[in-house]
Amino acid sequence: MDMPIVPGHHGDAAPDLTTKITARNVNVFYGEKQAIKDVSIDVSLENVTAFIGPSGCGKSTFLRCMNRMNDTVASARVEGCIELDGEDIYKSGMDVVQLRARVGMVFQKPNPFPKSIYDNVAYGPRIHGLGGSKSDLDGIVEQSLRRAGLWEEAKDRLQESGTAMSGGQQQRLCIARAIAVDPEVILMDEPCSALDPIATAKIEELIDELRGKYAIVIVTHNMQQAARVSQKTAFFHLGTMVEYGDTSTIFTNPVQPRTKDYITGRYG
Amino acid sequence: MAEHTVKSYDDDIHQLRSLISQMGGLCEAQILASIDALIRRDADAALSVVATDARIDALETEAEALAIRIIALRAPLADDLREIVSCLKITSVLERIGDYAKNIAKRASALAQAAPIEPMVIVPEMARVVASMVKDTLDAFVDRNPDAAAMISHRDMKVDDFYSSLFRSLLTFMMENPQAITPSAHLLFIAKNLERIGDHATNIAEMVYYSATGQHLAERPRGDDTAFATQAA
Repeated sequence: MDMPIVPGHHGDAAPDLTTKITARNVNVFYGEKQAIKDVSIDVSLENVTAFIGPSGCGKSTFLRCMNRMNDTVASARVEGCIELDGEDIYKSGMDVVQLRARVGMVFQKPNPFPKSIYDNVAYGPRIHGLGGSKSDLDGIVEQSLRRAGLWEEAKDRLQESGTAMSGGQQQRLCIARAIAVDPEVILMDEPCSALDPIATAKIEELIDELRGKYAIVIVTHNMQQAARVSQKTAFFHLGTMVEYGDTSTIFTNPVQPRTKDYITGRYG
Repeated sequence: MAEHTVKSYDDDIHQLRSLISQMGGLCEAQILASIDALIRRDADAALSVVATDARIDALETEAEALAIRIIALRAPLADDLREIVSCLKITSVLERIGDYAKNIAKRASALAQAAPIEPMVIVPEMARVVASMVKDTLDAFVDRNPDAAAMISHRDMKVDDFYSSLFRSLLTFMMENPQAITPSAHLLFIAKNLERIGDHATNIAEMVYYSATGQHLAERPRGDDTAFATQAA
């Protein structure tokens, strides 16, 4: 007897996506050791993309390929193709400083400069020659802090040191700093792992608000966080991308047994 | 299924499933006991069924509390999430099945005081099919067997046919024996209760199927057309 199957719901897949980053057959080596094996993925403006996987699976390594942060690691070698708006970011003559302005990054540990809150945010626009006049720069600083959800807390203490803020505020300051140069993509490498639940909730709310303005890729060890903030999820294991799909599917009905074992806490 | 890294998580899930199995076993026994009391016209046995329903309710409360605890503490995902949510729904459906059995028993105790009526003969076989659906559904749950779960709904058609047949017999019987309308009405409700239990067993089977596969079974065909019955039926 045949029992027709009704497929499960698969999230709110938008029909017209603006692809910002296209990675094809990416391999990364640290010396002899291969850290990423043949990973291909598209990152769109409309969706937050989450990378999950156990420690050492390569998710941070792959994230760092997207703005060539791995260039700073002497032994690292990247093969394959990564394009930003169709332009190969590894082509010769690529301005890496400019690239990192377009593809900003927020790290695990908040790392504000030992400067004032104002100067932290104004630093990028200044070195990139944005915001010519003082009032232009003031505008950029205010807008960036507003977008990072920090303006109300910071507006009366702009000249105080960024390092004097709380951890959650520092992380939002780092996001404001990344936003200030008007990037197209923001990479977040475990942005909440050093934060308390309230600061974490503020960052998650912020990610939700920034979605659509910037393409966002987030690496997280917190499975529920990935499920909450992202629309697309990629599961990495031992340097390969095991499964990539709609977040709603990955967390309720993953296809690959390895994905299921990892997200349900049966891994190793 | 592979074990969780955190062993107590497995213990929690095992305990939840065990509570549901107990509820299912009790429900099946309650259905059979209520019909047995009806057939034997044993009001005391019927009242004992009514009293036993409290045990099913208590198990439901315990299972629900455990499921909520698991969700709060473990934040289940993927097949675990589907299983816990299915368990939560199944407990409430089983509690409802228990209520139907209790209602049958109450009516059995009333019918024990009235003269026997002829259409009663269909009921034991109908009850047997319904109780076996509950049992097999719970077996599919215990075995996490989607194929066995998918088979359950076909038997529900048979239950619906029983009900339609009894409905028509009772209409005719009541027209011919207006003095027997009270026991006939009780019997009609008993048959309706059994029919509803069949529907609920099928619902549980669908939850078992979803829990095991992540896919929904398609809507099944309905065999009960008595809602459209007219005077001419």
